[in-house]
Amino acid sequence: MALQGVLRPGFVQIRILDMEESLVHYRDRLGLDFVGKSEDGRVYLKAYDEFDRHSIILRETDEAGMDVMGFKVSDDSLLDDYARRLSDLGAEVSAVEAGEQPGVGRRVRFLSPTGHQFDLYADMELSDNGPMTENPDLWREEPHGMGALRFDHCLLYGVDIDGTAKLFTEALDFSISEYAAAPDDTKIAVFLTCSNKAHDIALVRHTEDAKFHHCSFLLDNWNDVGHAADILTRYDMSVDIGPTRHGITRGQTIYFFDPSGNRNEVFAGGYHYYPDNPTRTWTADQAGKAIFYYERALNDRFMGVVT
Amino acid sequence: MPVFDDRGEGVLRAMERAGRAEIPVGCRNGGCGACKVLVLNGKYRLGKISRLHITKFEEQEGYALACRLYPETDIEVRPVGSLLHRAPG
Ligand code: FES
Ligand SMILES: [Fe+2]
Repeated sequence: MALQGVLRPGFVQIRILDMEESLVHYRDRLGLDFVGKSEDGRVYLKAYDEFDRHSIILRETDEAGMDVMGFKVSDDSLLDDYARRLSDLGAEVSAVEAGEQPGVGRRVRFLSPTGHQFDLYADMELSDNGPMTENPDLWREEPHGMGALRFDHCLLYGVDIDGTAKLFTEALDFSISEYAAAPDDTKIAVFLTCSNKAHDIALVRHTEDAKFHHCSFLLDNWNDVGHAADILTRYDMSVDIGPTRHGITRGQTIYFFDPSGNRNEVFAGGYHYYPDNPTRTWTADQAGKAIFYYERALNDRFMGVVT
Repeated sequence: MPVFDDRGEGVLRAMERAGRAEIPVGCRNGGCGACKVLVLNGKYRLGKISRLHITKFEEQEGYALACRLYPETDIEVRPVGSLLHRAPG
C-alpha cells in the first residue's frame, strides 16, 4: 500500500511565556527558519528540510504547554470521512476555518479523551524556502544551530491513553508499533505510527490530562546529536537527559527544555515500520531499558515533568 | 545551611550548583511546577512563570517557582512541588 490518508505530523502550536527568548531558542539553537508573524502575535517557523510553509507555531501567553498538534492528510476529500469516523467513536469534532493559520486550508479539529486537541488538514502552502527540487543541493543554506531537519512527533501525557489510542487506530488508521504494559496488561506507554516511522505520536499514562511531554525534531545522525549537546552546554540550556538511546523506537536522543519549560527532543535513527510488522512490547520491569537503553533506569524528571 | 545565589541565576540553579537536592529540579524554566516553593520570609522577585502552577492569589500568599525566584534579601523557602508527591519511577 502506498502512503495515503494521514501522512504525518505537520505542525504543533506551543504556548510560550516570552517570544524573544523562545525565538532565540527555536530559531538560533534548534536551527529553525523564521517564516513570519501573524496579526494576533503568533510566530511561525519551519525546519530547513520541510516543504510546507510552517511546522512550529509559537503563541505567547502566561501558561506553557501545547495548544494543538496538526496532522497532514493526503486529500481534502478524506477530511469529512475522518470527521464522521471520529464522532462515531464519541470524539468531539469541530471545524477550523481556512486561514486561521496563514497559508493553511480548512481543518477538522477533535478533542481526545486525554484532553488534547488535534487538527487534520490537507492543504498548506508550499514554502518558498523549502528543499530544492531541481538538481537539488542538500540545502539552500547550510543548516544552523542543531540543524533540525523536520518536526517529527510529539509525546503527550494523559489519563485515558487507551481511549486516545483508539481514535488514532480506529478512526485514523494508525498502527501501534510498540507499547509498554504493567503486569495486569494496563498500557503505560503507546507508540503510534501512520507512516514508515517508528512513531508519529506517543502517549504515556499520567494522573493529569492535556499534558505536553515533548515535541521532537529529526537530526541527520548520532554526531549531530552530539553537536546538539555541545550547543546545550555552550549556551547553558536546561538539559533533561542524554545523549542516550531509546529501547523503544531505537532512536538516539537528547532531551532539553525551551525557555518556557516545554520539553524538546532532537533525535536520529530508529527503525522503519511497515503496517504488517508485529507490535513490539515491553514489560514494566524493563521500562528503564525501554525508555533509556543505556542508563537502563527511568528518572523522575522524565516521568513526572510536563507542561 | 544557606545557599548563595551569587550569579543571580535564581534559587533552583544555585541549589543545583551547590549540590543540594531539597527542591526537585524539573524544566528550570518556569513551566512545569516541579520546583514550587513557599517563601517563608525575605524579599524577592519572581520572573516569568506558567500560571498553571502559581495563580496570582498563590503568588500573594508567597508561593513561587524556585527556578524563577530571585532573592533580594536572605530568604527561607519550603519545597511544595509536584514531583514530591509522586512515587519514584
Ligand atoms: S523547574 Fe519547572 S517550573 Fe521550576
Ligand atoms: Fe520523542
